[in-house]
Amino acid sequence: MVTDWKDRDVLYVDQPELTMTERLYLPQVFGGLKTTLRHMFKKRLRDETVVQYPEQKRVLRLENYRGVHRLNRDEQGRVACVACFMCATACPAHCIHIVGDESPWPDREKYPIRFDIDELRCIYCGMCEEACPVDAIELTPEYHLVGTSREEMIFDKEKLLMVYDRTKDMKPRKNPPITGYPSTGR
Amino acid sequence: MWDWIKAHVLSEQFGFSLVLAFALFGAILTAVAYCILLERKLSAWVQDRYGPNRVGPFGLLQPLADGLKFLLKEDIIPRNVDRVLFILAPALAFVVAMVGYAILPWGGRFQWPWAEGSPPLLAQVASVDIGLLYLVAVASLGVYGIVIGGWASNNKYSFYGGMRAAAQMLSYEVPMGMAILVAILCTGHLRLEQMVEVQNQPIGPVSGASWTVFFHPLAALILFITALAETNRLPFDLAECEQELIGGYHTEYSALKLALFFLGEYAHMITNSGLMVAMFFGGYLIPGWTWLNESLSPWAMLARIGVFSGKIALFIGFYMLIRWTLVRLRFDQLMRLAWKSLVPITMALVALQVVIIYTGWSRWVALAGNLAVLLIAGAVSLASGSPVTGRQQSLMRREATGPGAAA
Repeated sequence: MVTDWKDRDVLYVDQPELTMTERLYLPQVFGGLKTTLRHMFKKRLRDETVVQYPEQKRVLRLENYRGVHRLNRDEQGRVACVACFMCATACPAHCIHIVGDESPWPDREKYPIRFDIDELRCIYCGMCEEACPVDAIELTPEYHLVGTSREEMIFDKEKLLMVYDRTKDMKPRKNPPITGYPSTGR
Repeated sequence: MWDWIKAHVLSEQFGFSLVLAFALFGAILTAVAYCILLERKLSAWVQDRYGPNRVGPFGLLQPLADGLKFLLKEDIIPRNVDRVLFILAPALAFVVAMVGYAILPWGGRFQWPWAEGSPPLLAQVASVDIGLLYLVAVASLGVYGIVIGGWASNNKYSFYGGMRAAAQMLSYEVPMGMAILVAILCTGHLRLEQMVEVQNQPIGPVSGASWTVFFHPLAALILFITALAETNRLPFDLAECEQELIGGYHTEYSALKLALFFLGEYAHMITNSGLMVAMFFGGYLIPGWTWLNESLSPWAMLARIGVFSGKIALFIGFYMLIRWTLVRLRFDQLMRLAWKSLVPITMALVALQVVIIYTGWSRWVALAGNLAVLLIAGAVSLASGSPVTGRQQSLMRREATGPGAAA
């Protein structure tokens, strides 16, 4: 017997019966006021909750915080990217634009002569990082992303490499795998 | 010069009223600005946040920054609006809200030390015979700003906001008027300052303690509920509810015109609170403090103004707490609350007070009567089952008659 999907998936909920105080409404209003007042007079609650941003900063999970992208360098300081276009293909926002060329180095066939990421278009989903076969593109824990024009927010290869130089101490490149760095930080 | 001012301006009721009017205008504008800060602070605390704390110590200069921002914003008048009404509406909302202060009894009677023997002055801008009626008339004009703003904006959401405000105002005027009537009957005066003086009667050994709220707590509660509705505060802010109507009547407004609507709303809150304080909560009286309640010295007058403002501030704080406690009523719930519960209850209260006056019973009968009315109302609401909306009703009718009959 085939069960109907309705029987399997749909949960029927009856409207709950109102209790006596709920139907009289006024007692519930006072109950609500009690909650409101409790939160209002508990300074501890807001001290625990609020992060005073420019002075204090949240503790981030460095391994998987998805902030600004970076292009990793390999051991010899060259860009690690092999211009395979996997990230550009995976990108749901179509914000990665790569121009590849024949590589001058013997260990790979291609390298990117241009690598632009439109940071305004990007949705920071991390698909590019997932797709990359050589772990060249990674998302960093950097989130202060400011600019005064749209053009400025299109990060080219140099800029992305600079992000790597800035953040490599905080979050080393995954490949070769490096472990043991602190998992949280600001 | 100072002598001349003392003799001809401060010592005469007209001159003093004029001075007081200007002083109050300035004070209330400032108070309104700080109300907005208080609102932001209170809502932050209720939500476990700090609220504005960057401009000045504890964010105390935030109103200045806000005002400056509103001044410097681009003032957009959309192309298809009714220009005259569009510009008139915020001004109307603000002016009407400000006009109500004139008759609030801020400080009672007092005498300057240099004018012993002359009749005491009244620390009040205007003492008019129709008193309360003036305030009620002016306060309900406040909705015109909203309706005109909604109409002139040429925007569906604004229009809905204006319409809702009008319907809400019409409905809540009725119980509000009757709750006010209860206070008028109880104190026997229309002039607010005389209402306060009546409340100055002693209860037992305590002077200045016969506040109307002790005899008519239910009427005071209903007046508070209707005041929330009159000022379009949550849970009755259907005129501007963000989730449904974007901004309601002020969707199309920007810059200083928007600010005027806000100022009007807060000024309206202050007026309404002042009205409630004067009618039900003893105005500037504090039970047992005879000097404050009776003295004719100017210092006592200042203290009374302080007490009156303090009571108003308590009410404003309570308005804001209510805002973060209750959810907005649906429109049919709003109407049901007004016509099916508040109006019958206030009618019963008016009848009760009339009977008490006619028979000359003690005022305490009113308290017992209030509690009885509350109990009866509760019993009726328990016995009458869950409320049914018009839509639910038609659905039930369709079910009862079968699907064919509905088609």
